[in-house]
Amino acid sequence: MAAVKSNYQLVLNGILAENPIFRLALSMCPAVAITTTVINGIMLGIAVFFVQVASSVTISLVKNLIHPRIRIPTYTLVIATWVTVIDMVLAAFFPAAYAQVGIFVKLIVAFAIITMRLEMFASKQPLTPSFWDGFGMGAGFLVGMIVIGMIREFLGMGTLLGFDILGFQPLLFFVLPCAGFFVVGLLMGFFNHIENVHKRKKLGLIAHVNQKKNMPAGCDHCAPGDAHIS
Amino acid sequence: MTIALLATLTSAELFAASNNLVSGTAFGDVDEIVVTFARPVTNNQLLERESYQVFEEPDPDIRLEIESITLSDDGSRATLRFSETLNQSSAYVINIKGLADEGGALSFTVKQSYLGHLFTILITAMLIKNFVFTKYLGLCVFMGTSKKKKTAKGMGLTFALVMAISASMSWVIYNFLMIPFKLTFLQIVVFIGLVALSVQAVDTILRKLNPALFASFGIYLVLITTNCVIIAVPLMLANEGFGFWESLMLAIGAGSGFMLALYLMASVRERLDVALVPESFKGLPVAFLVAGQFALAFLGFSGMSI
Repeated sequence: MAAVKSNYQLVLNGILAENPIFRLALSMCPAVAITTTVINGIMLGIAVFFVQVASSVTISLVKNLIHPRIRIPTYTLVIATWVTVIDMVLAAFFPAAYAQVGIFVKLIVAFAIITMRLEMFASKQPLTPSFWDGFGMGAGFLVGMIVIGMIREFLGMGTLLGFDILGFQPLLFFVLPCAGFFVVGLLMGFFNHIENVHKRKKLGLIAHVNQKKNMPAGCDHCAPGDAHIS
Repeated sequence: MTIALLATLTSAELFAASNNLVSGTAFGDVDEIVVTFARPVTNNQLLERESYQVFEEPDPDIRLEIESITLSDDGSRATLRFSETLNQSSAYVINIKGLADEGGALSFTVKQSYLGHLFTILITAMLIKNFVFTKYLGLCVFMGTSKKKKTAKGMGLTFALVMAISASMSWVIYNFLMIPFKLTFLQIVVFIGLVALSVQAVDTILRKLNPALFASFGIYLVLITTNCVIIAVPLMLANEGFGFWESLMLAIGAGSGFMLALYLMASVRERLDVALVPESFKGLPVAFLVAGQFALAFLGFSGMSI
């Protein structure tokens, strides 16, 4: 994991291996609350994407000026500034969609995922990797929001992006706000299942190799994070 | 002599005199207002629907339709029944025209007592509009700290404390600094700064005053800054234009609602540990499904008013 990753790997890492919603399980409030339609998901996804990239770049640029003891408040203020910017832009140019997404754009400021990326990545790395890491994380969040939004809009109202596809409403339950919990939970379980299957295959290989070396194999002996980070 | 006395009465006194006629007002059933008079009234005008004008205080243009009026036998109490349900947390203005013998029109306001109003805000924020289960806020911390009941209690208490402190500070700063200097666009930056400040303050004070308590609560303090509820409450207060005590009640309600949600969830998750859960669903996925069922249950509170 310590090895330097290419920009391509950084972006892919954010979208798949460390997807903020499904894998890291961070910043789930909007994923549950406002993904009743795809367009809401896209709207908030873009806002988070912008804030993540902008604050990653900002912190990466000024990382040497920040005193380590006040770094978390500094991150928070940087994020708050960019959130204010995107909040005003959205309110001015897309008033209708903004009214739907409501308070959640402002709440981006308290998203754990952005602070975490700044702390773990942007404050230690140079500008370019920080940009691509922010890009990947933002894109991963956007993809997650779109996936949940698609499932809920399609199953709940039979439409996608507002276009009528089925012509009837299969399960109105999915547009109820609380269905977000069920969709996110089921999707997480699904991705865990994929990972488990993947891991089992890999472990099978390792066990095969270890048998030759007479070494015990098993999950307890692997370093955490070895198996599922490509 | 009576005529002379009446002639000297100013209009303000007339208004006061007519106000004295109404000795008490209260909400009856969901669609009723009960007006109590200081002395028996035997005016037929009171039974005419046309002589009333009733509206909610913020919008005088929207008149409420009265369905029926009943006067008690001794003429001391009138019950107005409306065709729609009243919102008991807001104030209603009632004008009664043509009470000729009482000196012109009569106007008074019906509202809950202030303490009742505060209580409504508290219960609403805690149960009916629970921040976790009906507004879906604070989920990261909610999922992270609801594994054990002990942790849940600690986190909930710390959170409610910091919430009350930061909400009252942001109310003061918002109303006395940001509005007068037209700085409301800085909401987000200022509120998150205040949250960070109060977390730091509670951290320092607790460390000095009660090291034992700090040892058990200290770890949760760090988590609070990344909880969206803590920033959502000041933002909502700024939108709604609440007074100080109302804000404090909302903050305490939100904090204790969060604690309640954490405790409920922790009780279930302690049991889940010994249950047979499919391997892929262990941990967070099944917690989400449980939270979904809680949210369904809390949906039953929606639309309720106290």
